Amino acid sequence: MSLSGAKIIQPLCIRYPDMPVISDQAANCNTTSTPFLGSTRTLRRIQSVSAAQRRPASAIVAVADVVKEKKLKSNKNHLLTKEEGLEVYEDMILGRVFEDMCAQMYYRGKMFGFVHLYNGQEAVSSGFIKLLKKEDSVVSTYRDHVHALSKGVPARAVMSELFGKTTGCCRGQGGSMHMFSAEHNVLGGFAFIGEGIPVATGAAFTSKYKREVLKEADCDHVTLAFFGDGTANNGQFFECLNMAALWKLPIVFVVENNLWAIGMSHLRATSDPEIWKKGPAFGMPGVHVDGMDVLKVREVAQEAIGRARRGEGPTLVECETYRFRGHSLADPDELRDPAEKARYAARDPITALKKYLIESKLASEAELKAIEKKIDEVVEDAVEFANESPVPSRSQLLENVFADPKGFGIGPDGRYRCEDPKFTQGTAQV
Amino acid sequence: MGHHTNLLSYRRRLFQPSPAGDRKLISIYHSRPLFSVNSNLFCLIDESMWGIIRQNVGVTGGLSSQGLGNHMMRLRPVASAMRSYSSATKEMTVRDALNSALDEEMAADPNVFVMGEEVGEYQGAYKITKGLLDKYGPERVVDTPITEAGFAGIGVGAAYHGLRPVIEFMTFNFSMQAIDHVINSAAKSNYMSAGQINVPIVFRGPNGPAAGVGAQHSQCYGAWYGSVPGLKVLVPYSSEDARGLLKAAIRDPDPVVFLENELLYGESFPVSAEALDSSFCLPIGKAKIEREGKDITITAFSKMVGYALKAAEILEKDGINAEVINLRSIRPLDRATINASVRKTNRLVTVEEGFPQHGIGAEICASVVEDSFGYLDAPVERIAGADVPTPYAANLERMAFPQIEDIVRAAKRACYRSVPMSATA
Repeated sequence: MSLSGAKIIQPLCIRYPDMPVISDQAANCNTTSTPFLGSTRTLRRIQSVSAAQRRPASAIVAVADVVKEKKLKSNKNHLLTKEEGLEVYEDMILGRVFEDMCAQMYYRGKMFGFVHLYNGQEAVSSGFIKLLKKEDSVVSTYRDHVHALSKGVPARAVMSELFGKTTGCCRGQGGSMHMFSAEHNVLGGFAFIGEGIPVATGAAFTSKYKREVLKEADCDHVTLAFFGDGTANNGQFFECLNMAALWKLPIVFVVENNLWAIGMSHLRATSDPEIWKKGPAFGMPGVHVDGMDVLKVREVAQEAIGRARRGEGPTLVECETYRFRGHSLADPDELRDPAEKARYAARDPITALKKYLIESKLASEAELKAIEKKIDEVVEDAVEFANESPVPSRSQLLENVFADPKGFGIGPDGRYRCEDPKFTQGTAQV
Repeated sequence: MGHHTNLLSYRRRLFQPSPAGDRKLISIYHSRPLFSVNSNLFCLIDESMWGIIRQNVGVTGGLSSQGLGNHMMRLRPVASAMRSYSSATKEMTVRDALNSALDEEMAADPNVFVMGEEVGEYQGAYKITKGLLDKYGPERVVDTPITEAGFAGIGVGAAYHGLRPVIEFMTFNFSMQAIDHVINSAAKSNYMSAGQINVPIVFRGPNGPAAGVGAQHSQCYGAWYGSVPGLKVLVPYSSEDARGLLKAAIRDPDPVVFLENELLYGESFPVSAEALDSSFCLPIGKAKIEREGKDITITAFSKMVGYALKAAEILEKDGINAEVINLRSIRPLDRATINASVRKTNRLVTVEEGFPQHGIGAEICASVVEDSFGYLDAPVERIAGADVPTPYAANLERMAFPQIEDIVRAAKRACYRSVPMSATA
């Protein structure tokens, strides 16, 4: 139902508030309850060609048309190659097994505090992040383990961080909600919702600044900001949509709409639940995609990231997805309807991708099983490593408050930094 | 925020250069007909002077020119002792000092950029960034929409990647809309990421009360930001402080909150040739002893340093030799200098404009009690703003903030001279 290769038309849905809803599939949507409960609507048809001609001349046209042509021209009937498929599958399995292991470790007392798991949403992370380069940045929220893993942070480092050991990616000082990695350009990990969006916009601003002011001509780094449906009501989100569109920053705003903000249903909290509509209001394309289907997410991601890289500005992508577990491990998850959970469990992105890979003969059952086994070992090894790692020493408490060793503007040589004539770069005469 | 424009144009009218082209405050006293003084003018002319005059003359308004003229004659030497130097020393307003510091740092390092409301085409809400847009272009002097949270966060994100933003808040009251970013994503990031990501950002803007701007525009944020580990909080007083500390702040690899004062922007101070050099920096975390003394220590920062110095002059006549410390840095607080001074004088008065509870005076008092208790000959006197939101009426506002006579009285109390506990006017 969700993945059937090239025969089905694109999953993209691009709409404009001024244009009437024309697709017949949308009309078939269950209008008594909104389609956001997910069961009745899986695909939406793309705008018809006549509608496309009525569009204003903006890059939104490119999104739909380019993808459409690519699909028709492709020789194979497949949406991705075997290597890509296996890479994405491995990444999704890693996310799932890692998060399940986190739950186990939490209930055994190895992990503590707030832990927010990503089960069910792997398609969004793998679909987007696997298309990035190492220099591209990712900014996330507290549900950031899998974003960090997809971006390349080793499972050992993430697991140790969660255990609070000194070998963690932040030496145990950050924790579950604050995954930072300068090497892999994971810029956090923020506990406040909406806090990461301006930071991501700043990272995109840097990319543009480096290109225009510092004249690093090939700097085309893209930033992805991941956040949820609850965040889409926050003021900072709108401030950044405005500024990103105003300054045409290379950023993609990815909304992981899993319909629930702890116990607050998206429909109870939002005046207009269709988040993708907020993009065009600020002058950027708003795209809605089925976030349980990694191939669709990947296609949309390709286009959005490509747009940002080419300098055409930001995109707002709403991924309709679902989290199989509660908001956090402390959440009893009583408010969600079991029938809804069952519906989405049937659309598990990993099962769907597995089915697709096997049916399109891209991979065999044995290969996939081998990957699963490998990941199991990786995660087991990560747990062992974390278990055996030392806890931070007492002296580590006061470290890293400032980048400046003594916090008094005193450099490593013991003299005041400000007295060092090389303290500021540059040779301009004043 | 519209009244800011009004205040600016009002100021521009008042600060017309005198025929000599000299913008010193003292010259304005004489060129202005005194009977036309209205209460708003107090904010621009040295408040302390008028406060003392009013107390002596015993009126609250409608002063006769002749009576005041006599008093002005008597007080002029005091004022000019502060301001009149040989013509060889250059004088510079705090505004020009900040502008020149920004200019030089932007010229020296292409990673430095300025972002904020009205910093570009408007030349800065208080004209601190005047001329920078023409020199460096709109990519480096970025006018933003009214989105404090948004652009503070953008600055932090840019700093994560190695740029050196200078984020201007029109006043630090508006920083409350962005305080999440100042504290949670700027101050804490180096710690949370265990040193991987440092944030070389400067948040600057006017702090504390201005004149008649009401409760929501008058709060001092030194104590709030000064309590957060991971931030450096600087409070310049003179032009030299402004230049040196802003340059140090921009070059510093950590987030710095730079609290200026709107009423100091127009004040001129002498600057040495060393301070005018483009690589001049002041160390962060070191206080300056503005006036040496041996009987009592008075600590102050920002505008209150000027008041403390004038209070010291008055105390001198009563035989009390006061040492005035200009804190310059609230975090890290220069406890060593303060304690050394208290060990010398044995008495302490702390002065600040912010709210008294959990304020900077409270922290200094605790530090002195912890480190130099045996040396104290009298309880620490703590002068702060009144524990009320700032009133609008001029006379109430004057009562809500420390005046010079409050400092004088507190110093005398600490020296066990009998004085009334509160202001009589």
